[in-house]
Amino acid sequence: MTLDLSLPTAHDDSKAPGKTSKWLAAVPMAFLSFTVGIPLIIIFVYSFLARPSMGVGVIWKLDLTHYVKIFVQDKLDGTRSFDTRYLKVIWNSFFYSGLTTVGTLVLAIPVALWIATRDPRKRILLVFLVTLPFWTSILIRTYAIRQLLDEKGVLGKIATTLGFSDNFQILYTPTSTIIGLVYTFLPFMILPIYASAERFDFRFAEAGFDLGARKMTVLFRIVLPQIAPGIIAGIALVFIPGLGSFLQPDMLGGGKTNMIANVVANNYGQARNWPFGSALSVLLCLITLVATLMISIAARKRKEAKV
Amino acid sequence: MKFFTPKMGAAIALAAVVSLGLSACSSSAKTDTAASSTEFPTANGGEVNLYNWTNYIDPEQLKAFTAETGIKVNLDTFDSNETLLAKLQAGATGYDVIVPSDYMVAQMVTLGLLENVGVASFPNGKNIDPNFMDVYWDKGRQYSAPYMYGTTGIAVNTTNAAANKITSWKDFFAADSATSVDVLKDQTEVVSAALRATGVAAADLCTVDKSKYAAAQKLLEGFKPKVIDSDGGIERMVKESSMVRMAWNGSVHRMSTDNPKIKYVFPSEGLNFWADNLAIAKGAPNLDNAKIFINWMLNPKQGAVATNFTGYANAVLGSGDLLDPAIKADPAINASPENAKLATPTPNCSTEARDLYTEVFTSWTSSQ
Amino acid sequence: MNLLKRGPSTRLVNLRNFPFFSAISYFVLFVLYAPLALVVFYSFNENRTAQIWTHFSTRWYTDVFTNTNVVRALKNSLIVASAATVLSTALAIAAALGLLRMGRRGSTFAMGLLGAPLIIPEIVSAVGTLGFFLFVGIPLGHVGLIVAHTAFCVPFAMLPIRARLVSLDRSSFEAAADLGANEWKIFTWVTLPLLAPGIMAGALLAFAISLDDFITSFFIAGPGSTTLPVYIFGMIRSNVTPAINALSTLLLLVSGLTLILSYTLSREKNQR
Repeated sequence: MTLDLSLPTAHDDSKAPGKTSKWLAAVPMAFLSFTVGIPLIIIFVYSFLARPSMGVGVIWKLDLTHYVKIFVQDKLDGTRSFDTRYLKVIWNSFFYSGLTTVGTLVLAIPVALWIATRDPRKRILLVFLVTLPFWTSILIRTYAIRQLLDEKGVLGKIATTLGFSDNFQILYTPTSTIIGLVYTFLPFMILPIYASAERFDFRFAEAGFDLGARKMTVLFRIVLPQIAPGIIAGIALVFIPGLGSFLQPDMLGGGKTNMIANVVANNYGQARNWPFGSALSVLLCLITLVATLMISIAARKRKEAKV
Repeated sequence: MKFFTPKMGAAIALAAVVSLGLSACSSSAKTDTAASSTEFPTANGGEVNLYNWTNYIDPEQLKAFTAETGIKVNLDTFDSNETLLAKLQAGATGYDVIVPSDYMVAQMVTLGLLENVGVASFPNGKNIDPNFMDVYWDKGRQYSAPYMYGTTGIAVNTTNAAANKITSWKDFFAADSATSVDVLKDQTEVVSAALRATGVAAADLCTVDKSKYAAAQKLLEGFKPKVIDSDGGIERMVKESSMVRMAWNGSVHRMSTDNPKIKYVFPSEGLNFWADNLAIAKGAPNLDNAKIFINWMLNPKQGAVATNFTGYANAVLGSGDLLDPAIKADPAINASPENAKLATPTPNCSTEARDLYTEVFTSWTSSQ
Repeated sequence: MNLLKRGPSTRLVNLRNFPFFSAISYFVLFVLYAPLALVVFYSFNENRTAQIWTHFSTRWYTDVFTNTNVVRALKNSLIVASAATVLSTALAIAAALGLLRMGRRGSTFAMGLLGAPLIIPEIVSAVGTLGFFLFVGIPLGHVGLIVAHTAFCVPFAMLPIRARLVSLDRSSFEAAADLGANEWKIFTWVTLPLLAPGIMAGALLAFAISLDDFITSFFIAGPGSTTLPVYIFGMIRSNVTPAINALSTLLLLVSGLTLILSYTLSREKNQR
């Protein structure tokens, strides 16, 4: 499977045989406008409506306080003040997703290059091994990592044997959430970088060695720039969905590590405040959009620089 | 038959908890389903959709129901009253029997989400404990039948010295983080316990006096539990990953079955009493089968089977004889009169008070 | 990039030996599989508390297969995933073919729309879809689930199909046209068979994505349409029994088999 999102645009030879009408694409596009577009509009509209005093949903009355509530807190002593609680959640989303991106990058580059330099036969097996977790459920993989990190589980037992017994606690801390995120997103980083590395002609590097460059210099000056498209694709595939993570903080954070998606889910669940959840959803969409734009600008700049 | 107001109700209900064994011995309710009411439907195959809390009914019991009536039970589960409400309001029209808690029944009735089927007039309606008949959420039991009821207190592992000293919510919230404390992810439970710990009386738990909430918030500032979750946390206590936990009495019973070092503490400031109910969702596709199921569950034998599995008490007369001796002997379920007096109904507050609860809870969770 | 022409893959000895690369790679492979292996291992543990090993047993597998609700959830998952796979693959074929004839601007816009489910956070589309269904009055159930799953499967199904399509040799089409075949005949006799490997790969990917979906299903599953991941999530929440491990092992097996199938198909394609 390929994760290369930027396929070459085919030249427009509309009269060539075997090319069906472009209106064929209208059907799937209409379907997605309906199933993806309308829910987004609904979320946007909901974020400006009031909530019912009982039950869930919205009542059709304009209410602009939800966005204000993200940043302003009506304190119990009657004063209003700047609210850092949701900013912290937003920061968490950035921070955890960013750390995950860095973590997966540091691990994925060596792995991708290593796989790309194996014999073709071995490569197939290795790529298969990396792809398999990508095909399995994030729910199950998060559950698996939770079992591993459990203080009474394997890791806990090892820690006890090594003498850390008293204060060994990884599970249900922010650390465990980040471990879980890195673990679940790792294949998303390895595969695109590998796809780039596989296409890379390693004789460039050979030339570098011939000229007497040191290994690290070759890596940073020659290899990395060549696999940059893969790295950018990997960053896009980890950082953007990472911002909207729900399961990993939910299952590994012990209810204490909240990212935006958790707060959204809570407002659509226990807290029963759909409009506020919608306002946070709009914010999450905007953040994601900005991140996507920034990554694609970076990708384009790189392309231009190359030309 | 007494009027079950929130204030006085709990004392009565808890008297029922206390007298569970006694009342069960004395009453000998008839359980013949075929008798009495003429209009009550008879089992005619088909299916019934049950929407219940996770891990809250014995799978074997459902098999038994199918074997007896030929009605297949489809079980789906939820994790909070709010999830249940959201699904029903979002137009999930296929649920038959649902299991909302007390305050949620009241809201669902107001919102018109429940079928008025006159549960009290079911053939087994007479088995409903009179103390659970005129409850505030369903006077005269028109919409719902009692399922399980219990209290939310503290589970402690007695081998841990610090945990073993806990006797109140005040102690609980002051517990050192090294003691490994877990708490329920439940706004009402956490904030009401904090209010109690700061001296708010049980009758006053729905106050709108902000200073009371400010005090509770201050108390919670230093409270750093290991896990905040919405399940029973049975496994974590059993394997001693945590030593103290805010917990429901029935789950503590199940914990102590697997790990006898665990006991249930009735906090000295008082604790919340709650009752879950079997009700029928409006527009239920299998209305008759839903009635048959609820009626079947009001059979003393089935009440006992349910209690033996969940570890919570039921309000079905005559089920006491059939209970596990371990449950009858468990002070967490069969509370002493002093402990029973500590329990008051879970506050069912106004939107204004509930927003204050939300404020305190959000501040606390985001400071973790 | 054009300084040196690409020759047969002669891998450089020196590059194989970047310091620590192989160590890191073995470590990563170990880390990727250790937790999964642990789940498989625990699934054969007889004890009720998963982490306390007593002895080997297959009782949790018996448990899983005799639990009617697990079987029902599995059935729901398969129904939804199959339907979503067929629908999303059909839509993806149409999209890929249509995109081929679009101008640069049009195809950028179309790709943006068709790829939207990859960018929009799933939690947002999930609650949005819930709001949408509530607003329009679509009951929560199989139909709603299939529609929502189809939507986010389209981009996944489309990627391999489009990749295959742009790499196709145009000469077969021209030959067919020269022989007098009309557009429809070309489509059924030339385009589809040539696209088949891409379609299979896309369909399998869509199937895997739908089967594994949790967040969307969690919010919009209704009575009787609980899918397996939603059911497993409930089990994990209440930590009922090690049956979760058995069920997870089975699901891992299904994912593995789907991937092997996809791999075999794509290798056949390469050898041809």
